[in-house]
Amino acid sequence: MLKRTPYDVVVVGAGVVGAACAYYAARSGLKVAVVDRGPVAGGTTGAGEGNLLVSDKEPGPELDLALLSTRLWRELAEEFGARVEYEPKGGLVVATRPAGTDLLHGLAAQQRAVGVEALPVAADELRTLEPHLAEGLPGGYLYPQDAQVQPALAAAHLLRASGADRYLGEAVTGLLRGPGGSVTGVVTGRRELAAPAVVNAAGTWGGELAALAGVRLPVLPRRGFVLVTEPLPRIVRHKVYAADYVADVASGSADLQSSAVVEGTPAGPVLIGASRERVGFDRTLDPGVLHRLAAQAAALFPVLRTVQVQRAYRGFRPYLPDHLPAIGPDARVPGLHHACGHEGAGIGLAPATGLLVSRRLLGEEPELDLAPFRPERFEGAERLEDAEGES
Amino acid sequence: MPTSKSEPSGGRRGRCYDLAVIGAGPAGLAAADAAAGLGLRVALVDAGSRPGGQYYRHPAPELGAARPEKLHHGWAAFARLRARLAARPLVDHLPGHHVWAAEAGVPGDEERPWRLHATRGPGAGDRATVLARAVLLATGAHERHLPFPGWTLPGVVTAGGAQAVLKSSLALPGRRIVVAGSGPLLLAAASSLVSAGAEVPAIVEATSYLGYARGLPVLAGNPGKLAEGAAHGARLLRHGVRLRRSSAVVEAHGTDRVTAVTVARLDARWKPVPGSERRIACDALAIGHGLVPQIELATELGAATVTGPDGAVALAVDAEQRTSVPGLWAAGETCGVGGADLALAEGVLAAHAVAGRPAPARERAVRRRRRAFAALMAAAHAPGPDWTGWVTDDTDVCRCEEVPAGEVRAAVAELGAGDARTVKLLTRAGMGWCQGRMCGPAVACLSGGGAGRPDGRPLSCPVPLAQLADPGPESGPA
Amino acid sequence: MDPLDLVGAEPGPARTILFDGRAVSALPGQTLAAALWADGVLAWRTTRRGGRPRGAFCGIGQCFDCLATVNGRPNQRLCLLPAEHGDTVTTQEGHGRADLEV
Ligand SMILES: Cc1cc2nc3c(=O)[nH]c(=O)nc-3n(C[C@H](O)[C@H](O)[C@H](O)COP(=O)(O)OP(=O)(O)OC[C@H]3O[C@@H](n4cnc5c(N)ncnc54)[C@H](O)[C@@H]3O)c2cc1C
Ligand SMILES: Cc1cc2nc3c(=O)[nH]c(=O)nc-3n(C[C@H](O)[C@H](O)[C@H](O)COP(=O)(O)OP(=O)(O)OC[C@H]3O[C@@H](n4cnc5c(N)ncnc54)[C@H](O)[C@@H]3O)c2cc1C
Ligand code: FES
Repeated sequence: MLKRTPYDVVVVGAGVVGAACAYYAARSGLKVAVVDRGPVAGGTTGAGEGNLLVSDKEPGPELDLALLSTRLWRELAEEFGARVEYEPKGGLVVATRPAGTDLLHGLAAQQRAVGVEALPVAADELRTLEPHLAEGLPGGYLYPQDAQVQPALAAAHLLRASGADRYLGEAVTGLLRGPGGSVTGVVTGRRELAAPAVVNAAGTWGGELAALAGVRLPVLPRRGFVLVTEPLPRIVRHKVYAADYVADVASGSADLQSSAVVEGTPAGPVLIGASRERVGFDRTLDPGVLHRLAAQAAALFPVLRTVQVQRAYRGFRPYLPDHLPAIGPDARVPGLHHACGHEGAGIGLAPATGLLVSRRLLGEEPELDLAPFRPERFEGAERLEDAEGES
Repeated sequence: MPTSKSEPSGGRRGRCYDLAVIGAGPAGLAAADAAAGLGLRVALVDAGSRPGGQYYRHPAPELGAARPEKLHHGWAAFARLRARLAARPLVDHLPGHHVWAAEAGVPGDEERPWRLHATRGPGAGDRATVLARAVLLATGAHERHLPFPGWTLPGVVTAGGAQAVLKSSLALPGRRIVVAGSGPLLLAAASSLVSAGAEVPAIVEATSYLGYARGLPVLAGNPGKLAEGAAHGARLLRHGVRLRRSSAVVEAHGTDRVTAVTVARLDARWKPVPGSERRIACDALAIGHGLVPQIELATELGAATVTGPDGAVALAVDAEQRTSVPGLWAAGETCGVGGADLALAEGVLAAHAVAGRPAPARERAVRRRRRAFAALMAAAHAPGPDWTGWVTDDTDVCRCEEVPAGEVRAAVAELGAGDARTVKLLTRAGMGWCQGRMCGPAVACLSGGGAGRPDGRPLSCPVPLAQLADPGPESGPA
Repeated sequence: MDPLDLVGAEPGPARTILFDGRAVSALPGQTLAAALWADGVLAWRTTRRGGRPRGAFCGIGQCFDCLATVNGRPNQRLCLLPAEHGDTVTTQEGHGRADLEV
């Protein structure tokens, strides 16, 4: 029997973003339901790494979001701490060729102007910070604000702390519509859940959910592989990555790009990730990609040549053509809010996203200007995602 | 059959084998032999150092065994097969090659053959890539385990493992060995152990064996299987070994090694009957609850699967042993656990299909009979739903990462996990060295997700990072 | 009866391996795990979390419980390695890579 339950908001998606939306909405006193066709963290959240980075972002709306998130993650860490494996370990960005240091100086200067902490590290100081780092690297920057969580644990604990009703294993197959086309709830295979607001936190599948409301949101998948080593003692102290990575993130190229981000985990294994390529939802393991990741990691940390890779996994980052997420109410459909498209930074950006969404749900003034994240900004740019592909 | 310990080839880049067989157990050996007989150029790629797989595991030659058949029912058949293969120049045997990933080829496109990525040892150079037009997956199975308090104590070993170490190295884990769990392998293992001089105070089998009664016609069609069972039974009887049916080891005792077990009777749902506990002293315990096909190389490529009556996931194949992935065939335990004779038959059938020849009638008949028997066996030994009752919260379910059942249960009850993958993400159960091979079925049960989904395992075994970092040579036939 | 009698084994001269500094004899062709079993040794590793003793479980290279440090190289599966004369097997604590810690 289909039954209706009244909520203030239904969040579609139990990934880290949906969990953060539920957490902040519930904390503001709203009655929340979270629906996912799978379990908690069963989407990209369970297939990502937990880097909370400001270091890889140029000044702009995404960095503003990341800085807000950095603050929120610190607050959340007081509540969840070790349970989500939060580690404020800092990031170390190294240049792999002398020209790279200039690039880093320039970026750091811009970032500092908007509140990022960035400390230059001279060539001869690198190995004091990271004793296993390769010799002869020209220098780098330390970003003390960079941190790390275990994404699946983060999502699960945020969701549990929200106290939201969980409807897991139920796909949203349709939306309830009110007068004037407004969205008034969701339909799953098992029930209808009524609410004056629905949040699309469906990640890489956010475009499909938007389509259920009859609007276009061009979320596309960008595949990434991660290598996981055998359990090790702490051999890498920070999140360490090569400067080339900063360029990769901003790039719109469809080709494979990878630059190893190397990080230890409290559980022991070192994570090496992640590649970036646009191949749709192709899950096939690509040994060539694993080769590049391994080679880059070994170039940074030669000691890794003595360890074994135990596992590899892949996930599909949700990206929008301009590499910014969609956050906030959809001007085209009353009642529909979006919180998706965070690409390779959704773990980091989740708390800020959740907070901003809940502000708009309550009609309060958000901490940041949401204009750059307007969900309807691709309206009339039909071919945009194809056109920018080759930039 | 040239055996090449190091890299074979000489092979010119771009040339490739007609068929690469992964696994040199009964299925793989039979397939390689038949395929070469039909004129195909074959690579027989195997992780083991000697051919034979699990069933034909045999003493290292250096041990100088004059009567290897004493540990073996199928010795004569193996010796014949081995001799025939040795005389086949079309087969290259590549021992010590563990394939960690198979990269699918494009059928008919010579430029894009299958690439099997293998590791041959710890060194940076111990990497190999084997090129082939078609691949047969004959990687067998691993044992299924249901945890209980004390199962991580030294001296608790797997039934198949005790059997394997005895067959290959002539060693025993103890002198007084309880054999427990479910399935026909228990009888085979116990029979070998007693004939090698161990005392087996009890075989503890969780089912009543009544399940077989429902399949009398199937049994009648498989006299060989009955004879094998009878031979084990006779030997066990001779040694006064007691078979306790509808019973389970619900705890192993000891501090640094196992010194005793508690055995309890089970009801039909495998719930221990209170008050039925008995303690049996022992210095080793051999356990196993049947087998699970080892199919990650295929499922990573999206191969379709079927779930057996015991919940084990196997590859779906057609009448020609073809999987749903073009160019990929499967035979033996990878298509569902059914024993050595079935594996041999399927290997031959697959070889004919790859060569484009009609299937021989004899093997077709064997396959039909043995598959029916396998289904009966799987149903008879399927774990009862209440086995988790004996798993206390402090019992480690995942041996590698030492994750106790209580953490798994909390992930389900409090954090919203509903399947093995999510439990893994939230607790690390299944994330260790063995990648969930030992705990996977148990975690699936405890998480309430049940079985039915193959474990994801993009790498079939650990790979030295240096081997991933340095591209290796590619090889085809010399 | 013992396993060697059963199959009429006539192995060549035994080899000597060192287990935590103690000489243990191994028959040619036996794996290190089997040689230790034959010597009554069942554990050669302690776990990362609980420090619990472990040895061979599956016997065929699938469970990785039988890891130990062999000739200085950690995380070797003793059930797969044939015993060679002079092999040094050391009980491995946890991940066995403490030397790498920074
Ligand atoms: C290899 C890799 C490495 C990464 N590394 C990092 C990193 O270091 N730091 C970082 O911040 N980010 C990283 N990311 C990105 C990050 O993982 C994602 O941005 C983030 O997980 C997105 O979270 P989400 O909640 O939006 O999506 P998801 O976690 O995918 O959640 C969406 C959920 O919606 C559900 N859903 C979809 N459609 C429906 C429907 N119709 N009905 C019901 N439910 C539905 C899905 O089942 C899913 O659970 C990485 C990603 C990858 C792939
Ligand atoms: C531990 C164990 C002991 C057993 N003992 C008995 C017994 O005593 N009596 C009995 O009747 N049945 C026994 N069985 C059942 C056995 O599975 C079958 O009887 C028979 O051996 C199945 O044949 P197969 O060819 O399908 O697979 P197997 O004989 O298992 O052969 C598979 C082969 O593939 C290799 N392999 C696996 N993965 C890879 C990879 N990724 N790369 C390269 N090579 C790989 C393995 O090393 C192995 O040589 C045992 C099973 C197990 C797991
Ligand atoms: S005993 Fe299982 S891997 Fe060696």
